[in-house]
Amino acid sequence: MDRLLNVMTGLSALLILLVLASVRRARIRVEYSVTWLIGAAALLGLSRARGLLDAIAGWLGVPYPPLALLLIVGCVFVIIFYRFSVIISQLKDDNIALAQRVAILEYHIQSLKDQAAGC
Amino acid sequence: MITSDGTGRLLILIPAFNEEGAVGGVVGAVKAAVPGTPVLVVDDCSLDATVMVARKAGADVLALPHHLGLGGSVQAGYKLAFELGYEFVIRVDGDGQHDARDIPKVFEALRSSGCEMVIGSRYVNGNNGGTSVVRAAGIRFFRTVLRPILGKPVRDPTSGFVGVNRGALAVFIGSFPLEFPEIEALVVLQRRRFRFVEVPCRMLPRRSGHSTITPMKSIYYIVHVLLGVFVNVLKYERRVPKKSRRS
Repeated sequence: MDRLLNVMTGLSALLILLVLASVRRARIRVEYSVTWLIGAAALLGLSRARGLLDAIAGWLGVPYPPLALLLIVGCVFVIIFYRFSVIISQLKDDNIALAQRVAILEYHIQSLKDQAAGC
Repeated sequence: MITSDGTGRLLILIPAFNEEGAVGGVVGAVKAAVPGTPVLVVDDCSLDATVMVARKAGADVLALPHHLGLGGSVQAGYKLAFELGYEFVIRVDGDGQHDARDIPKVFEALRSSGCEMVIGSRYVNGNNGGTSVVRAAGIRFFRTVLRPILGKPVRDPTSGFVGVNRGALAVFIGSFPLEFPEIEALVVLQRRRFRFVEVPCRMLPRRSGHSTITPMKSIYYIVHVLLGVFVNVLKYERRVPKKSRRS
């Protein structure tokens, strides 16, 4: 049991380091790193707080506490994926609207140029 | 360049993606069918010479900066048409499958019927349209699904030969399905209690190229469109009561 929790601790710490490094290199924007950092920190804390994990496992009715941690990991990732799906959808809508506007503005500019050339 | 000078109030919209082999002929056929009517080709960031060929054939071109898909292209054209004040827009596909000689028929129905949308249908008057067995089965399936939603039968819900008036344009510039738009667009209009009518039209073989629809894409198409239909059905807050629409 301890080995599994230690692995979870190591993976959580690795995830935090990876996200921080990505933020530092500007590969992830700060606002989008917060969800990952909170999720990873919560997992790190739970994997080290045996008493709390035992209590949560008891409350969930899971006989094996590390299994409860894996369940929580799954839930955290589902929430994160959902959040990013919402963000990506919004970005795609904005992107399409912007591309259409750029095309229409370019069309108007060309129209004005043609009119000026015709005068 | 097309303008809103009121000469006819009709714009022909041709979405095109890598259609250099067909779009010139389509533009030529449209110009022959409805002389003097402005033709706008919306180029969905083609990798070939679609833009050049369309311009050479006498069309104006709205060139998108990157690939948006069919719905994004058509909506871009609708937005420009709306900005320029056009009353009617008829969409003809860039692959040459729609017979441009049917455009006057669609336009007449658009003006005289009072409907917000007119669909050029392969199946009205008992015509089977000459489509493949798989596609025909898909169309039959969507007819069945749409019948209770639309409150009336639609014979050819996947037709891209569609005319819309300014009322529909006003809706579509804000809300238009971006992938496989034909069926969902019907539901979008129905949610606002707009009406449509079908007129018989001919379908021609593609002028060039081939269909990219594979069996896997067909399944994706069905699932995607079904989901889109039901999402639109659930948008009760956007429904317009009959009274306010009539006023």
